[in-house]
Amino acid sequence: MQVRLHNPTRTVEMAGPLPVHRLLVELGLRREAVLVVRGDSLVTADTVLADDDPVEILPVISGGAR
Amino acid sequence: MKCRRCAEPAVVDVRRHRAAFCPDCFVHHCREQVRRTVDRHDMIAPGESALVAVSGGKDSLMVWDVLLDLGYAAEGVYLGLGIGGYSDASRRKAEAYAARRGARLHVVDLPTEVGFDIPTAAAAVRRAPCGACGLSKRHLLNRAAREVGADVLVTGHNLDDEAAVLFGNVLTWQVDYLSRQRPVLPATDGFVRRVKPLIRLAERETAAYCVLRRIDYILDECPMAAGNRHLRYKDALNELEEHSPGAKAAFYLQFLDRMLPLLDGVADDERAMVARCARCGSPSTSEVCAFCRLQERAAALGTSAR
Repeated sequence: MQVRLHNPTRTVEMAGPLPVHRLLVELGLRREAVLVVRGDSLVTADTVLADDDPVEILPVISGGAR
Repeated sequence: MKCRRCAEPAVVDVRRHRAAFCPDCFVHHCREQVRRTVDRHDMIAPGESALVAVSGGKDSLMVWDVLLDLGYAAEGVYLGLGIGGYSDASRRKAEAYAARRGARLHVVDLPTEVGFDIPTAAAAVRRAPCGACGLSKRHLLNRAAREVGADVLVTGHNLDDEAAVLFGNVLTWQVDYLSRQRPVLPATDGFVRRVKPLIRLAERETAAYCVLRRIDYILDECPMAAGNRHLRYKDALNELEEHSPGAKAAFYLQFLDRMLPLLDGVADDERAMVARCARCGSPSTSEVCAFCRLQERAAALGTSAR
């Protein structure tokens, strides 16, 4: 599956089927720090992503002077 | 996973609540968290006017969206910080949201209004840009709230922000800072009341809310914030959260319940020291406030650069 990431924007190829929580482990990402989108829908950690699913990972951590 | 409220397929899981929600129930969950926070801390009274500090990011747009939906009279204020394309893009997000909701957005452009931008201010103080940025925001947002006659200034600080600030203040035992880290900073002479209605929502929830509500927010990180210490604190806390869901919320919310009441005396002493800035008249603990000193140094740098 094609996984699109941000900051910096890039795309990586991962083999499916793969549960969301495993995908994040393999990418070295913390669950609290991202949202996972399949197509145009958010998905939960137990969702199994298929090999042909378009996946985007949205960072949620903002920093700086708040 | 199934939605905790309606048993439909869930799209967002919230581990610290051991819960998952469908889109509609997640939006309901967020609104309820905000409503309860506003009510519990007496943040906004019926009939009061609120001014929301809007950056174009997920948190500020979310809190504005929820307050409007809850029926509050809430206008927005955007500060143009002069951080190149990042500021241009974030302003467009804020303006687009305001137009979509038919809400009023006030715009304050730093270079026009005060004669410097954040990159210049950061160079002038020779320190991390976030310090100069935060100082400028506090001063100018308060000024904007007074100028538009708002009763309360609303910021989008979320649970992660507050936990990270608390973590930093505890690491160095900044007792005076700890005493001021409150969900509501009451109005005093010269200061409009400041409130943080998102303290019970994690960043992941505010981002999910915006995605589900189709609120277009700026996804890019501020280019001047990269590597700052609060981002490191957030990462450390999220490492804890990974293994102990709820750790962040317990750390911060129990600070509010158990520790802050013990610091009331410190906060009172701090307030008693506040006088007026000799130049701008803003509340200050020194003869000339930190913002006026920053403005002076930025102007000097601009002059020497020419």
